[in-house]
Amino acid sequence: MKQTSFLGRLRRSQAFWPLVAWVLILVFDAIVEPGFFRLGIIEDPVYGKHLYGNLVDIFNNGAPLMLVALGMTLVIATGGVDLSVGAVIAISAAMGAVLINPALGNQLITNEILTRNATNTPLPLIILATLAAGTVCGLWNGWLVSRAGIQPMVATLILMVAGRGIAQLITNGQIMTIYYTPYFWFGNGYILGLPVSIFIVAGVLLLAWLLVRKTAIGLFIESVGINAKSTYYSGINEKNVKLLAYTFCGFCGAIAGLILSSYVHSADGNNNGLNYELDAILAVVMGGTLMTGGRFSLLASVIGAVVIWTFTVTVYSLGVPANALLAAKAILVLLVILLYSDYTRRLMNRVFERRGSQHDAAH
Amino acid sequence: MNEPIDVVRMLGITKSFPGVMALDDVDFTLRKGEIHALVGENGAGKSTLIKVLTGVEQPDNGTIQLDDKLVQVRSPEHSQELGISTVYQEVNLCTNISVAENIMLGREPRRLGSIHWSKMNDLARNAINRLSIDVDVTQPLGNYSVAIQQMVAITRALEILSAKVLILDEPTSSLDIHETNLLFDVMRKLQNEGIGIIFITHFLDQVYEIADRITVLRNGQLVGTYETRSLPRVELVAKMLGRSLTELDAMTRVRSRAEDTAEKQQLVEAKGLGLARSLEPVDLELYASEVLGVAGLLGSGRTEMAGLIFGIDAPDSGSLVVDGEEVTKFSPLGSLKRGIALCPEDRKAEGIVGDLTVRENIILALQARYGWLKYLSMQRQNELADKYIQLLGIVTPSPEQRVSNLSGGNQQKVILARWLATNPKVLILDEPTRGVDVGAKTEIQRLVMQLSEEGKSCVFISSELEEVLRVSDRVAVLRDRKKVAEYSGDVDDKTLIQAMAGEA
Repeated sequence: MKQTSFLGRLRRSQAFWPLVAWVLILVFDAIVEPGFFRLGIIEDPVYGKHLYGNLVDIFNNGAPLMLVALGMTLVIATGGVDLSVGAVIAISAAMGAVLINPALGNQLITNEILTRNATNTPLPLIILATLAAGTVCGLWNGWLVSRAGIQPMVATLILMVAGRGIAQLITNGQIMTIYYTPYFWFGNGYILGLPVSIFIVAGVLLLAWLLVRKTAIGLFIESVGINAKSTYYSGINEKNVKLLAYTFCGFCGAIAGLILSSYVHSADGNNNGLNYELDAILAVVMGGTLMTGGRFSLLASVIGAVVIWTFTVTVYSLGVPANALLAAKAILVLLVILLYSDYTRRLMNRVFERRGSQHDAAH
Repeated sequence: MNEPIDVVRMLGITKSFPGVMALDDVDFTLRKGEIHALVGENGAGKSTLIKVLTGVEQPDNGTIQLDDKLVQVRSPEHSQELGISTVYQEVNLCTNISVAENIMLGREPRRLGSIHWSKMNDLARNAINRLSIDVDVTQPLGNYSVAIQQMVAITRALEILSAKVLILDEPTSSLDIHETNLLFDVMRKLQNEGIGIIFITHFLDQVYEIADRITVLRNGQLVGTYETRSLPRVELVAKMLGRSLTELDAMTRVRSRAEDTAEKQQLVEAKGLGLARSLEPVDLELYASEVLGVAGLLGSGRTEMAGLIFGIDAPDSGSLVVDGEEVTKFSPLGSLKRGIALCPEDRKAEGIVGDLTVRENIILALQARYGWLKYLSMQRQNELADKYIQLLGIVTPSPEQRVSNLSGGNQQKVILARWLATNPKVLILDEPTRGVDVGAKTEIQRLVMQLSEEGKSCVFISSELEEVLRVSDRVAVLRDRKKVAEYSGDVDDKTLIQAMAGEA
């Protein structure tokens, strides 16, 4: 009896469908590619002993997307969308790189300088500035949407286009390579044998969860997303709620930018975080948050991001060439949309009901 | 007189939803050329019956005959093909394209592959002439009033879908008297053309004005179908409520209670409060333990006045003093903190937050007052929800039910609960009984009087004079965005109507 009610609760939770999708992919992997789940311990000259394997890669490489999906969840829950997160990633990455760069200005960068493993700015300052850059971007988006009253898609499109230009301005049009080892820790380091990025995601998830579920912010965000006018009439400052969501999204983009640039040891205004906004939207939609706003689940969105990366790693390990990845992803999108359609849901609900659990069909 | 012909015959219709018997063995017939009122409290099964007839829901049991032929209505599209058309309370047409385009949408006449505009306008003009209303079909639909938009919807239903059966679902809710009469003219015309009309409404006056027969439903069961002429009004109400009328009788004129209890405490004073193109400067005082009734037709400025006092819009003239302090920053949040509450007129768009639960809807305003940091504990939330569900008699399976699943009357009570939870001093109710069944109406009226006796100042805005008179200590009358009169003590509806209509 207790188990039925747990299953019932699980089925009604927003995390259910992305979990189903994830399990399906893992089952596929188990059948087609038995070695997929192999884990091992490796000794790294810099970071010591740590775990490696496909599963670790999924979480390590997927961390930036998970972070961006967290921020995107709140934005979408207010009934908006943030198309600029990819560009925000690039801006933050550029900010980090330019502060590290030991040769400021137009000084010629020589091999000697680059191999010095030095930085121009103390690491805490770099981190702060990187996070601040993304947060300011989020504030800008939030201001456009909530105060200037511009449609979210249009408002964030501005930064989506301009942001990559700004990133290039910051790095003076160069792809900047970073030669500062402590900075690499975020994207490549390990804590207790697990990637640092996993801990960062867990930390931000916990922080965000506390913010939205232990204060009234979550309720306000959902309320705004469902009916902004009623929310305003109830005495809630719906503009500030939106502002907060976009700002948080920018903040998440900044952390993602930090991890990504650290991982690839460089900042590239054109390619850092390319198409991340679209993957993040997909992750949020997979997490069961409606594009029209309203009810959301942070955890479900993170699982959505995990699904996307599990899929990506699966496709790679099947030997599909990288340039065919987008085509393969299209199949994933198609499957997700079909799986989430009313038709499939009705079908699934009927199957579940026949199993004997007599929960109402309110879903 | 020859034997009436049945266009629609529904027999033994049964439909159940999980946990609810929505329709239980209901028979319903519609004759050719009759206006048939379908009445009942919320939850009586009116909308389910209509959904079955229009193919939105499939009945568990029972048969439907159209023109003596057994049919199965598979979908809303199918019902339209069969000649059954529905016009809803909220007009679902496109306001930004022309009247003609709306009427002809999907059937535009073409020439050389593109739309033959002049022919389309002619066709639309002819179609709308059938209702003898004066409309320029080339204008955007949004330029016209809701009443005209409804006529356009009817025209579309008749012309394009050549309906034999027309279902009007609360068409008069948002119309004023003049517009309602216009609609009734059209309905009579269609009736003469032999179209059967099912008319769903909460206004009993209108039922008696226009309907030939009345079918009463209660709790999913058929109470009966009656000739309007042979059913006295009191009996109809009794049948709808399924209870005796003494409760209603006891309620009228409780108001004549003594006002002698010393002088009343003034809570709100508006002096010359106005906003250009919205409300002419108004003087108004609100006192504790008193109900101020506001009478006025649609567009008389009554909603705008409520909005100004509550701070939806900031006024551009005059001053507003609440509790001795002049208001400088106008916002709902500010009003909330000052102890002013507003239950808005448009329940769906401005009141409920549909996908949130009953509990969340109830605590929303109180939480807004506390701010985002001081989140009410789940225990406190549940206590509040339970308290108000019980106090106001909100019918819901659980506090965790989505509020959009509740009936209109119960949604209204949830919004009332939201504001009562903040313990306001001044409660402004804009059309609190609109679209609410007779039973809930009485309850809401009684609640307003009770609240005023507990010391609250209530503003009761309604287009139904009867209830304004019943609940109010004073009545303010608005006309053409101006406050034109204020009465206290004995007034009758005739005086009010004259003031509203502008006759001396």
